[in-house]
Amino acid sequence: MNIIPLFVAIPLGMAFFIPMVGRKARKLPDLLGNLTTLVLLIMSLSVIGKSGIYWMGGWSPRSGIPIGINLVLDGLSGFILVTVSLVSFMATLFSVQYMEQYTSKLHYYSLFLLMVAGMNGVVLSGDMFNIFVFLEIASIASYALVGFGCRHEELEASFKYLVLGSIASILILFGVALCYAMTGTLNMAHLGQLIRGDMNPPILLALTFFLAGFSLKAALVPFHAWLPDAHPSAPAPISAMLSGVLIKAIGIYALIRVIFNVFGLTPLLSSILTTLGTLSMIVSVLLAIGQWDLKRLLAYHSISQIGYVILGIGLGTPLGILGGLFHLINHAAFKSLLFLNAGAIEYTTGTRELERMGGLNKKMPVTGSTSIIASMSIAGIPPFNGFWSKLIIIMACVNAGRFGLAGWAVFVSIMTLASFMKVQKYAFFDELKKARERVKEVPALMCFSMILLAILCVTMGLLWHSWVVDLFLGPARDVLVAGTNYAATVLGN
Amino acid sequence: MLYALCLLLFVVGLYGVVTKKNVIKIVISLVIMGYAVNLFLIMLGYREKGVAPIIDQTTEAAKFAQTSVDPLPQALVLTAIVIGLGVTALMVAICIRLYERYGTFDITEMRKLKG
Repeated sequence: MNIIPLFVAIPLGMAFFIPMVGRKARKLPDLLGNLTTLVLLIMSLSVIGKSGIYWMGGWSPRSGIPIGINLVLDGLSGFILVTVSLVSFMATLFSVQYMEQYTSKLHYYSLFLLMVAGMNGVVLSGDMFNIFVFLEIASIASYALVGFGCRHEELEASFKYLVLGSIASILILFGVALCYAMTGTLNMAHLGQLIRGDMNPPILLALTFFLAGFSLKAALVPFHAWLPDAHPSAPAPISAMLSGVLIKAIGIYALIRVIFNVFGLTPLLSSILTTLGTLSMIVSVLLAIGQWDLKRLLAYHSISQIGYVILGIGLGTPLGILGGLFHLINHAAFKSLLFLNAGAIEYTTGTRELERMGGLNKKMPVTGSTSIIASMSIAGIPPFNGFWSKLIIIMACVNAGRFGLAGWAVFVSIMTLASFMKVQKYAFFDELKKARERVKEVPALMCFSMILLAILCVTMGLLWHSWVVDLFLGPARDVLVAGTNYAATVLGN
Repeated sequence: MLYALCLLLFVVGLYGVVTKKNVIKIVISLVIMGYAVNLFLIMLGYREKGVAPIIDQTTEAAKFAQTSVDPLPQALVLTAIVIGLGVTALMVAICIRLYERYGTFDITEMRKLKG
């Protein structure tokens, strides 16, 4: 029994099973939802470092030419799978009590698992058109989840996200169609073999469409307009999912997979990626500092941290790629923790405005202390995880002779620290407001998921240079360093 | 030539998305963009005087490959149309909810969110 298709099949099946049986008992949707994400987490941990290919329906390639659809599990897919499952498990754990404020938990879990199925599908698919299909599954579920509360702002943000997201999907489909027109294949490995080195104008146009489409999905500056509206409007666990993994799985992962493994990284593409990354870093950190809405501030920081990831990977050196990938999983941990903190504050005080909080540390010790850990991680204070990955990215910039980029990375890190000092001061350390005297700590399960994520933030910082790198980050880096040799690995010739 | 018309249709849709202020018109423009890409995809498989891509015992493989249309783009377009249907349905549902909340379809009057 091959385990690879189960990563898509289990959440997809449960997404429709939960609304069918969920009305039988009140706690059943919570139980089933958490069980599914826990099973996915265990499965993804069990495939770390392994690789395998699954040919749908047994249609394996004949004489090196693929004739069926395949799912490919390699170092990079395994790495992103673990990230997705980790954050989705924490988010479902948090949702058990948080989502009591909303009416329909059945639909919530259904959409949530559809989103997970879509992301797992994008990550595992070895076929351009299936990437598009799974990407649309994940995107449609996320459009609906952003507008889940059906209030004015949520609907407006959802519509904005929908329009820009649809344009991105159409561009990606156009790129897929152009690739098929020029090569007659959709399999990524075969595509890479056929276009190797031959960048004729239609293929370049397809590459441009992919670049624009996936950058829109990943919300890189200047394609970022939807993110600061969409991410704060969603319920807190969904914000954590969107910022923590969705923009990475369907944006960053798809972008780097297509650029590195199908088209091959050229110096021009490398400089486009580093420029996009640096722009995202600088522009959005400057926009973030002026924000007074806590979740909106966090959303701007997501764009800025994604900039670090793209900068590191875009350098194209093994060290840079390692740093970028390491920052990707670190960002998943601390950004989802920060969004869950913001959700906990909204749950107890009912506000997202920093000016109306204050002194919450005394009343909410768990939220306060986990939020300090997450803030120090994102700002890059040693020994937390964010420090190490930023350090590797800056070292990679210096090694590649790009001193300017290294300088900008340091500058953005300082600005991040400044804006999180502001968050800590206004939300947790200031004097307690009169209206907040009766605020209590959030329920146990919400605390539990925040504590787990905080432990991850600390331990990932301590463990990064030992066996973890060889086991976990190394295989993912090797896939990207190998570049277009991906084709030979998949097709076996 | 026909491919250029596809691109033209795509640009018409993009123009609509960028300039129109009515949310329903934006939805229609997005649908036009999607159809431009679908049209492009389906034309890739077209062959003049081609036969339907069905193999039975009497057809020869070589002759079949020369005369039949390409069936793969048809399957792709079918999938893309179904996905487009899902997105359009969700968009229209959100437009209806927006109309309930704001009492207008004009996007310039929906300004609860700040830049």
